Amino acid sequence: MAKKSIDLTVRIGKLKLKNPVMTASGTFGYGDEYAEFIDLNKLGAIVVKGLSLKPKEGNPPPRIVETPSGMLNAIGLQNIGINNFIKKKLPFLRQFNTPIIVNFFGDSIAEYVRAAEKLSASDGVSALEMNISCPNKQAGWSIFGTDPKVTSRIVTEVRKATDRTLIVKLSPNVTDIALMARVAEDAGADAVSLINTLTGMAIDIKTRRPKLANIVGGLSGPAVKPVAVRMVWQCYKAVQIPIIGMGGIVSPEDAIEFILAGASAVAVGTGNFIRPDITINIINGIRSFMETEGIKSINDLKGAVQC
Amino acid sequence: MNRLFHASVAENKQLIKNHYLLTLRPLENIKKPKPGNFFMVAVDNGLDPLLKRPISIHRWLDGDFQLLYRVAGKGTSILGGKKPGDILEILGPLGNGFPLNIKSENIILVAGGLGIAPIFALAELLRKRNPSLFCGARTKNEVLCTDELKDIGIDPVVATDDGSSGKKGNIVNVLKEHIKTSHVTDNILFACGPEPMLKALSTLAEKLNLQGYIALEQHMACGLGTCLGCVVKTTKGYKRVCKEGPVFPIEDILWE
Repeated sequence: MAKKSIDLTVRIGKLKLKNPVMTASGTFGYGDEYAEFIDLNKLGAIVVKGLSLKPKEGNPPPRIVETPSGMLNAIGLQNIGINNFIKKKLPFLRQFNTPIIVNFFGDSIAEYVRAAEKLSASDGVSALEMNISCPNKQAGWSIFGTDPKVTSRIVTEVRKATDRTLIVKLSPNVTDIALMARVAEDAGADAVSLINTLTGMAIDIKTRRPKLANIVGGLSGPAVKPVAVRMVWQCYKAVQIPIIGMGGIVSPEDAIEFILAGASAVAVGTGNFIRPDITINIINGIRSFMETEGIKSINDLKGAVQC
Repeated sequence: MNRLFHASVAENKQLIKNHYLLTLRPLENIKKPKPGNFFMVAVDNGLDPLLKRPISIHRWLDGDFQLLYRVAGKGTSILGGKKPGDILEILGPLGNGFPLNIKSENIILVAGGLGIAPIFALAELLRKRNPSLFCGARTKNEVLCTDELKDIGIDPVVATDDGSSGKKGNIVNVLKEHIKTSHVTDNILFACGPEPMLKALSTLAEKLNLQGYIALEQHMACGLGTCLGCVVKTTKGYKRVCKEGPVFPIEDILWE
C-alpha cells in the first residue's frame, strides 16, 4: 500500500516515465548485456549508445584510464550505425515496457537531420537525444555544442525533422551552460540533458606519454558530480523545459541531489560499470527516501533546493 | 546463478614480492569458470578506486576459486591487504575462454611471468593430454606455481632472463629450438604473458604456420562489453578484450 501512494512518474516532452531513472548513453550498450542483471521494465527509460548514420570504428586503444573517483574515456563514438541498430537491436528493446531514447550524432547538420528522420520513422524509438559534443566537419572540427549560433541552427534543423520528443545533450565544456540550455529551448528542444563528459587528460610520468591514445578524453564518474549539480541548477533557473541531470550518479542520494537542483529525471552512466544493477538500487532508494521523508510525488522534490 | 556475487576471502597469500594468490569462497552458487575466463573484482566499497579489477581464473577448487595477481597500482594494493573473512563483490565469470575442442596431439602452453595465472588453469584441465609447458620469467623466484605444477604432474621448461633458473634467455627462443628439434608439425599454442612475448610468439607462429590462441590483458571499465574501453586492434577491426576475448586466435591480433 505504501508503495502505491508514492508517485515516481515524470514527464519529459511527450514521454511519461514510470520513474525518473534512466541510463546514460554509452554506458548501457543497447540494453542486451544488462538484461541478465536487471529487469529492463523497471527503468524509467533506456538511452542507448550514440548512433551515427554509418557504423564508426572508434579510437585506437588505450581508450580508458581510471582517475580518482572517475574515469577518462576516448572511445571515439564507436557504434554499429543506425541501420544495424534498427535491424539487430531495436526488436529486442521493443519487448520491454520502457521508453527507448536513441542518442545520435553526425559530423554535419545534414547528417544529424538525416539520422533524426531515419530514427523517427522507426517503430519503438520513443525519443531522440542529440549529442552535440562532437566535432563539426564543416567548421574545422570545432564542437557543435560549444557555439550558441551553431547549436541554435542544428537544433532548429533537427526539430523540423522529427516529431518525437527531442532532448539536447549539452556539453559542459562551455563558459555558460545556462545560455546553451536557453538556446536549445528556443530552437525547439523538448528537454535538455546534462552533463556530457568534461574534457580531461592524464599523463604517465615515467613514459611521459598521455595515458589515452587520443591524448584527451571525457571525464565521468563521481569526480564530476558537483560540477554537474551546479550546471543543472544553473540551467533550471534559465529554462522552462525539463532537465535530465547526470554526472557521477552512483547512489539514490546522488540522484535526489540532482532532482533538488532542478532535474526532472536523472541518468546513471559510469555507475553502470561499477555495478550492473545500480539503476535498480537507485530507483528503490529514491522510493525509500520519499517514504521516510513523507514525500508523495517526485515532482515535489524538483528544484526544491533552498538557496 | 548470478554473475554478480559476493565471495569471502579464504586466503590471500603473498608468493613473492607483489605477487599474491587469493582464494575466494563464493557466498552463493556461481557459474564454473573456463580457463581464460576472468572476474571483475571490487577491491572495496568506496569510490576511489572506482572500477572493478579484471583478474583471470587461476584455479577452480570445487566451488572455491583462486586468482593470482600482481600488485601494480592503487586497486591491487588494496586487494593485497585483504584478510580471511573479508567480503568482496565480484562479477563473472566473463569473456571467452580458451577453445577446448583441441584436435592436435601436441599442445604447447607458454606463460610469461604472471601469464601462468590463466595458463595454469588450462594446464590443469588438459593435463591428461600431456601438454608441454614453457615458462619464462625475469629471474628464478619469479617462476611461479612450480609446486602446483608438480601437483598436477607437469614439468615445465623454464627460461629466465638472468639464467638463474632453467635456460638463460627468452622463452620464445627456447620454444623455437624445441619445435625445430622435435620435428612435430601439428603443434597448437596457448599463451599468456607480456606483450613483447606475445608479439614474438605471433611472429614465430606465422613463420612456422602454427595454430595458436593468446589471452590478452587490457584496462576495463565494465567487463560486460558495453563501455567499449578495452578494445584491441585485430584483422577484423577493433574487438573487445572482455567480450570477444580475452582469448583470441594469435593471427588475428594486429600489433602496433
